Amino acid sequence: MTDLLKMTAVEARAALDDKSISAVELTDAYLAAADETQALNAYTEITHDKAREMAAASDGRLAKGEGGALEGLPIGVKDLFCTMGVETTACSNILNGFKPVYESTVTQNLWDDGAVMLGKLNCDEFAMGSANETSARGAVASPWTVDGDDQDYAPGGSSGGSAASVAAHSSIMATGTDTGGSIRQPAAFCGVVGIKPTYGRCSRRGIVAFASSLDQAGPITRDVADGALMLQSMASHDLGDSTSVADPMPNLMAGLEDGIKGMTIGIPSEYTMDGMDSQITALWEEGRKWLEDAGATCVEVSLPHTQYALPTYYIVAPAEASSNLARYDGVKYGQRVEGESLDDMYAKTRAAGFGDEVTRRILIGTYVLSAGYYDAYYLKAQKTRRLIQNDFIDAFKKVDLLLTPTTPSAAFPIGQKVTDPVTMYLNDIFTVPASLAGVPAMSVPAGLADNGLPLGLQLIAPSFHEDTLVKAGRVLEKAAGFTATASRVASRVAGQ
Amino acid sequence: MSVDKTTVSRVARLARINIDDDRLEPMAQELSAIMSWIEQLNEVNTDDVEPLASVTGHALPMREDVVSDGDMAEKVVQNAPESMSGFFVVPKVVE
Repeated sequence: MTDLLKMTAVEARAALDDKSISAVELTDAYLAAADETQALNAYTEITHDKAREMAAASDGRLAKGEGGALEGLPIGVKDLFCTMGVETTACSNILNGFKPVYESTVTQNLWDDGAVMLGKLNCDEFAMGSANETSARGAVASPWTVDGDDQDYAPGGSSGGSAASVAAHSSIMATGTDTGGSIRQPAAFCGVVGIKPTYGRCSRRGIVAFASSLDQAGPITRDVADGALMLQSMASHDLGDSTSVADPMPNLMAGLEDGIKGMTIGIPSEYTMDGMDSQITALWEEGRKWLEDAGATCVEVSLPHTQYALPTYYIVAPAEASSNLARYDGVKYGQRVEGESLDDMYAKTRAAGFGDEVTRRILIGTYVLSAGYYDAYYLKAQKTRRLIQNDFIDAFKKVDLLLTPTTPSAAFPIGQKVTDPVTMYLNDIFTVPASLAGVPAMSVPAGLADNGLPLGLQLIAPSFHEDTLVKAGRVLEKAAGFTATASRVASRVAGQ
Repeated sequence: MSVDKTTVSRVARLARINIDDDRLEPMAQELSAIMSWIEQLNEVNTDDVEPLASVTGHALPMREDVVSDGDMAEKVVQNAPESMSGFFVVPKVVE
């Protein structure tokens, strides 16, 4: 039982092939773990029956030697992905009761490769947040605690339930989505691996839209090899998403152990901020040495518009959100609050259905797109976004990859930053630039802060170079030797 | 840029979200704080910079203009708060 939960996805997949474990056995172990860790609030729904049915079907295919790449692996799904017949609300009250009549392309790809669905995972409402605190289903507690203190820490966000569940060994892997850091920041806070692929790699069809020019799905996993395995399956060219890219994803597992000898890694001097934790700076320096020890050359590079990425993002993302979220009007799905007129019904439905942060962002987006302000804000942001993308294009003429911290600090206690929106936004200062430029990036757990909470390092690659990204991620992972298990699950996973 | 109560009220009306009167002033302060932080973009010289709307730079793909999906009215209205015979039902708009 406990050995089942310790296996990585790659190990479990091999064990399923050599019949030392069955998919039903593995799924039952994870369902039990999901039930036992309900206090974390990582799951919004555990789909026991569906999971067992899918696992039994996996065992049938494995017996016939027909197992897919993810056959029998029990996966959690962020509540932003439409799952047919299973309630999907983006953790917003406005979508209460919504049961999609179709499956998102990304989750369909996973099921087509044999994966088993454990249930839906908590996230910030419409993926707008950096602590999972804006969820209408309640906050998620990180499985990590500070030594000698039982206070609940934030798992990060928006994919907080996904990262918490992978760290808590209540799913073997989980889907995430990343608009400005929503995969990488929670992965860093929870000591797991998170990959945001190049914009267009994973179809957005069936993912509840937040900011369409930025939204990308990606995996959250316990190690880099699992991330490569899962991303390979998630990515596809899809005619149902006009921004889906046709170029096939390189084989990520094939060259995973090839190393980075001879590569040039850029260290961007702008990735620092006032009040940044000195432990983060030290870890960044250590990461640089690890890459050099593996045969890479590290050089200083400049991405001069980095400091403007966050304010640019807070125009572009809310603008797109205000347009995307116009569809929630009490007519087509979700909740309706009756009104005296059609307009009154819209306004009452939306007031009742949206939480504070979502309302705030819709208002900002509406404001920056409104007559008289469009040029000053939205057009200006689109221009600075071009300059930010150009920074990356110029940097990647000189280097193969960039190494940065994932976040400016370790996780913080739940409730600490919720009062000040701008302080919360600063969490994403190092993840937003890659989102604006559309380039792939990943967070790798690289060490522990003095208080015992995980810290992550971020690698950023040029568009479509996910193979280089995971190779370097693997080097960092090996050098860091991160083996710590979240305190709240260590005893459970280690043996009962 | 300072956002006042009247502006919040106007924008909320455009966004079709009712905001209670006692929330207008706190919301104006929150939005002002965010917008004044965003003002730092004015430092950036963007003369002759082409606005970026899509990171891929690809033209949107074209396809044959033919029906590729559809004929599922019941499924489309399945999640509607109120529907009738394959139609969405909304409050009366014409008196």
